[in-house]
Amino acid sequence: MTLGDILRFAFTALARHRRRSLFSVFGMTVGVASVIVLTALGEGAQRYVTDEFSSLGTQLLIVIPGKNETTGGVIAGGIGGVPNDLTLEDARALERGIPGVGFVVPIVIGNETVSHLERRRQIMVIGATHDFLETRELRMGIGQFLPHDDFDRGAPVAVIGAKAAAELFGNENPLGRVLRIGDWRMRTIGVLEPKGHQIGMDIDDLVIIPVASAMRMFDRSSLFRILLRLDSHSDLETAKTRTLEILTERHDEEDVTVISQESVVESLSKILNVLTLAVAGIGAISLTVAGLGVMNLMLVSVSERTSEVGLLKALGAKRRQVHALFLAEAVLLALAGGLLGIVFGFVLVELFTVFYPKFPAVPPIWAIFSALGVAIGMGSIFGVLPARRATDLDPVAALSGR
Amino acid sequence: MIELNGVWKTYQVGDQQLHALKDVTLEVEDGGYLAVMGPSGSGKSTLLSILGCLDRPTRGSYQLDGDEVASLDEPELSEIRRWKLGFVFQSFHLVPRLEAAENVALPMVLAGIPQNERSERVAKALDAVGLAERARHRPAELSGGECQRVAIARSMVMRPRLLLADEPTGNLDSKSGSSVMELLEAMNADGLTLIVVTHDPNIGRRANNVVVLRDGEIDQLVPGSELRYGFDLDEPAG
Repeated sequence: MTLGDILRFAFTALARHRRRSLFSVFGMTVGVASVIVLTALGEGAQRYVTDEFSSLGTQLLIVIPGKNETTGGVIAGGIGGVPNDLTLEDARALERGIPGVGFVVPIVIGNETVSHLERRRQIMVIGATHDFLETRELRMGIGQFLPHDDFDRGAPVAVIGAKAAAELFGNENPLGRVLRIGDWRMRTIGVLEPKGHQIGMDIDDLVIIPVASAMRMFDRSSLFRILLRLDSHSDLETAKTRTLEILTERHDEEDVTVISQESVVESLSKILNVLTLAVAGIGAISLTVAGLGVMNLMLVSVSERTSEVGLLKALGAKRRQVHALFLAEAVLLALAGGLLGIVFGFVLVELFTVFYPKFPAVPPIWAIFSALGVAIGMGSIFGVLPARRATDLDPVAALSGR
Repeated sequence: MIELNGVWKTYQVGDQQLHALKDVTLEVEDGGYLAVMGPSGSGKSTLLSILGCLDRPTRGSYQLDGDEVASLDEPELSEIRRWKLGFVFQSFHLVPRLEAAENVALPMVLAGIPQNERSERVAKALDAVGLAERARHRPAELSGGECQRVAIARSMVMRPRLLLADEPTGNLDSKSGSSVMELLEAMNADGLTLIVVTHDPNIGRRANNVVVLRDGEIDQLVPGSELRYGFDLDEPAG
């Protein structure tokens, strides 16, 4: 008995009960499709986040004031643990002291009411420098970005996002116009090209001013961040160590945290990986349920076809042949459901991307194969019991319909 | 061909022993024709199951072509069924979803005979039972007599030495019944050993020998022409 014979015989048996076979197939379809859709979303989330961060380049170090550990105590002078300010001087020291550093961008962030004539808008105000543009890979729509000045020269100029420009100026050309930010008056010198969100920040709806101006405006003594963009050939780890050394020396204690873009991407990626596996697990539950459905169908089928089993045995069918015939039916059901589930899953993912075009939802290859594999596995596992029941039938009793 | 010697078949029912066959001894020579008769529960079916290697005797010896069946294991028994035996049943036992030709081919499929040889032998077997044109019909589209002839074609397609027929005419009207019997007897005339379980004394009388069972024991074992068949043996078919 060849494999072709077995499959053909199994197929005729399934085709005879078209409706209930289809229901069983659909159960598998839903299971496989859900694994594919869920993992596609998980994978998409991961890719989304990774892309967002990678768009900033991996040769990036971020200096954050404060230390990710508890320091100080009641005895040690009373003020231990309060970090020193991260200052423009620090930024300048880094610019001088790190070999292979491309840009150093000190950053301050705040919220302020921005107005032009009667229009007001509460938006994010970022204090930065000329190199911010390239570090965040932004582009100018019209006009210019902040001038290439010293860090502490706070020129009264502002660059605004595309959306903010439209809201505040309407159809008017914003270039050269005065913008009121809080109590400050700034001259608008440029509008950014629309870009949308970048790491949770709406690039289109903000105002960028020189960092020194922002520090005065918000009355801050400390920077929010210092970004360091390194040349492509310089070593990230060395630069990281050196940054820490310079700042530790300047502050007399290690009170800053230096993280690399890479490590952020990596740890986020890890978290999202676990998430993807978790949702795949949820999909696997529905596959198991589908497997039980197949088993149920096959048990009914065996009990309806006892006389057929008796006949097969009378005609000289071996135990393993009977076993193979019934197992093949279960596997065929699972296989059909699996393939249909892949198609169905892809259609759903496609639909999803139609509605959310920016979300890169693509089912991972491993999920496709493992969903199909698990479906067939389920068919085999849950097909064994019914097949064994058929195999164990006594031919004499089976033939007489007892 | 067949030698049964002191065959017992005993079933354990609760704490009672039920003897379906008691000390049955009989012989069928190669190319012989034996009818098995007797009332329901007399052990006919049990005897047929043992002769058909579907079941083994509890005690005693069954020699088929020189092989001691009682000592064979299940795979060996299925080999014997596959290559040496043909079965014809009262209720035909055709697979309803398969066409006549596919039903006939089934034993060859199980035996792993290659496709091209199969179709040739199927065509011949269907031709021999006069159903060449019905090859593509499913059992539901065939009459009872046609179904039984398909079943006979199926039983012959492996060219067995021994054909076991369990009430082959039981579900048929008398006309198709006699055409089925003619077919079986013609094959017997060609050298096939034939064993028929029947209620019909007319069939019994046509056999070389008749064995009449009663309560699992041999009541008569006589040439067909000498069959004494009383009313107490008679009962409705089926």
